[in-house]
Amino acid sequence: MRITQGTFSFLPDFTDDEILEQVEYSLSNGWAVSIEHTSDPHPRNVYWELWELPMFDARDAETILQSLRACRAAFPDHYIRVSAYDSRLGRQTTALQFIVQRPKEEPGFHLERIEWSDRSQRYRIRAYATDRPSNGRDQQ
Amino acid sequence: MTLVKKPENRWSAGVTPYAEMGYYSPDYEPKDTDILCAFRFVPQDSVEPVEAAAAIAGESSTATWTVVWTDRLTAHEHYQAKCYRVTPVPGTNQHIACIAYDLDLFEEGSIANLTSSIIGNVFGFKALKSLRLEDMRIPPHYVKTFQGPPHGIVMEREYLGKYGRPLLGATVKPKLGLSAHNYGRVVYEALRGGLDFTKDDENINSQPFMRWRDRWLFCMEAVNKAIADTGEIKGHYLNVTAATMEDIYERAEFAKELGSVIIMIDLTVGYSAIQSISRWARRNGVILHLHRAGHSTFTRQKTHGVSFRALAKWMRLAGVDHIHAGTVVGKLEGDPNNVRGYYDLLRENRIAANPLRGIYFDQEWASMPATMPVASGGIHAGQMHQLLHYLGEDVVLQFGGGTIGHPDGIAAGATANRVAVEAMIQARNAGRDYLSEGPEILARAARWSPSLSRALETWKDVSFNFESTDTPDVTVTPV
Repeated sequence: MRITQGTFSFLPDFTDDEILEQVEYSLSNGWAVSIEHTSDPHPRNVYWELWELPMFDARDAETILQSLRACRAAFPDHYIRVSAYDSRLGRQTTALQFIVQRPKEEPGFHLERIEWSDRSQRYRIRAYATDRPSNGRDQQ
Repeated sequence: MTLVKKPENRWSAGVTPYAEMGYYSPDYEPKDTDILCAFRFVPQDSVEPVEAAAAIAGESSTATWTVVWTDRLTAHEHYQAKCYRVTPVPGTNQHIACIAYDLDLFEEGSIANLTSSIIGNVFGFKALKSLRLEDMRIPPHYVKTFQGPPHGIVMEREYLGKYGRPLLGATVKPKLGLSAHNYGRVVYEALRGGLDFTKDDENINSQPFMRWRDRWLFCMEAVNKAIADTGEIKGHYLNVTAATMEDIYERAEFAKELGSVIIMIDLTVGYSAIQSISRWARRNGVILHLHRAGHSTFTRQKTHGVSFRALAKWMRLAGVDHIHAGTVVGKLEGDPNNVRGYYDLLRENRIAANPLRGIYFDQEWASMPATMPVASGGIHAGQMHQLLHYLGEDVVLQFGGGTIGHPDGIAAGATANRVAVEAMIQARNAGRDYLSEGPEILARAARWSPSLSRALETWKDVSFNFESTDTPDVTVTPV
């Protein structure tokens, strides 16, 4: 399967040039770009590991891409996403977020149903990727 | 302009013109705390516009048809609404009256009270041929007495983990007649195909062919299965509209118990019911969608009723996270400039008066969370560049027929819409002139997306080009 989180998951994977265009757009809006990675793609896994702090002062998209390349080298089989953060009053939230690397295999999710009362079910979703103990796999 | 003479005796028994009783006050300078209203009116032929405007101020505040001595027990001048400006609308028999109401006239945090005053009696007043509330300036002092949207746009996006693009939805069709089992199939296909939301329609409540509890169970099966298929948070707007508040709460509680991220309510339940369920939604962490069922009965005609921009403000105060606000290009009424005005009023924190967009007053929301506008009704993937241009990014685009009517199935329809929106956002961010190049951007994506290709082919000639009945008075003259 292919998880479809992020702004551009239904498009073919972006080339570095296409990533650069989106980073430049983010910088032109005054947004801070950050790079995050994880081995756990559960949709409620909000906090992916930060690769360096958000680059509040970066003005050059190429620098950000270099940082991304370093993250890829360190975690070649992780999900990696680029996020742009808008700190303006009234927003103070993520403005754009898209996946820029996926593991070679995406094993997907297990949907567990628990029989509840009166014909209802309770649902639990588990990422197969997290079946094994973490063993610090998200840390360098 | 008629000169207003002071009556010889303001208090003599009998009938005194409203304008002479203080309801017309051209020198009045509105206070920062006043609620201001703009009314469009057509007086009866025998009635002076100023007297008609004063009557509107009077009948929507303290006045009755005759002088009453009991006014003298009050600081009556304080409580009187004051019409401070009357302007003719060029080329018509209409006028615009601007009226100021002191804040003391209204109960804190009550849309029912606000509207009972402002639109309570006066719309049936015989001296007027027609009357329309165009806009209302709600001062921050009054804004702050309302809860507002339970979550707002920022929190909704963070809760769903979806950023940087319009959200996509679809209303399940046919809107009546499906069994709960079949209904859930549509939900599942649309969500796994790429939509973020599916939606009950306004009139699907709990009918003999599908009872609400059964719909809840099958829809939540569909939602959870689609989440597991995609790794994305998904939702179905479960319509909790019912005959009584007790029923509404029962349905909402069960939606929450099953883990639904969102519920919906119809405008037909009434303002107080909306405020009640809004509080429930804030308390329980459930997003609240409002379907504006019935609004066109009073918002559509330009000379009589209430403009949707006033209703949109009331609903942001009452507290809804989503509200249908027009598509511009779809099948339902919506002049582009007016619609832009509604979207601004729902999404921005401070909106300047803008006659081109039909906005009469500055509006300051004092950081009240924003309401996400929803565009629904006769839209399809081939219009994506126009939708993004007119409606922007903080919007839910709902493709009902434009998803379910896809020749290759519902999931393919959903995929077509998602590919189209992502391709358009990518092009916009990359600096392309996406409005004029839109068809080309879609055609290029269609080369690798068979779903989008079929959608473009199926709906290529569909557009709804009809004159709007409700447009701003002011337009830009082409140079």
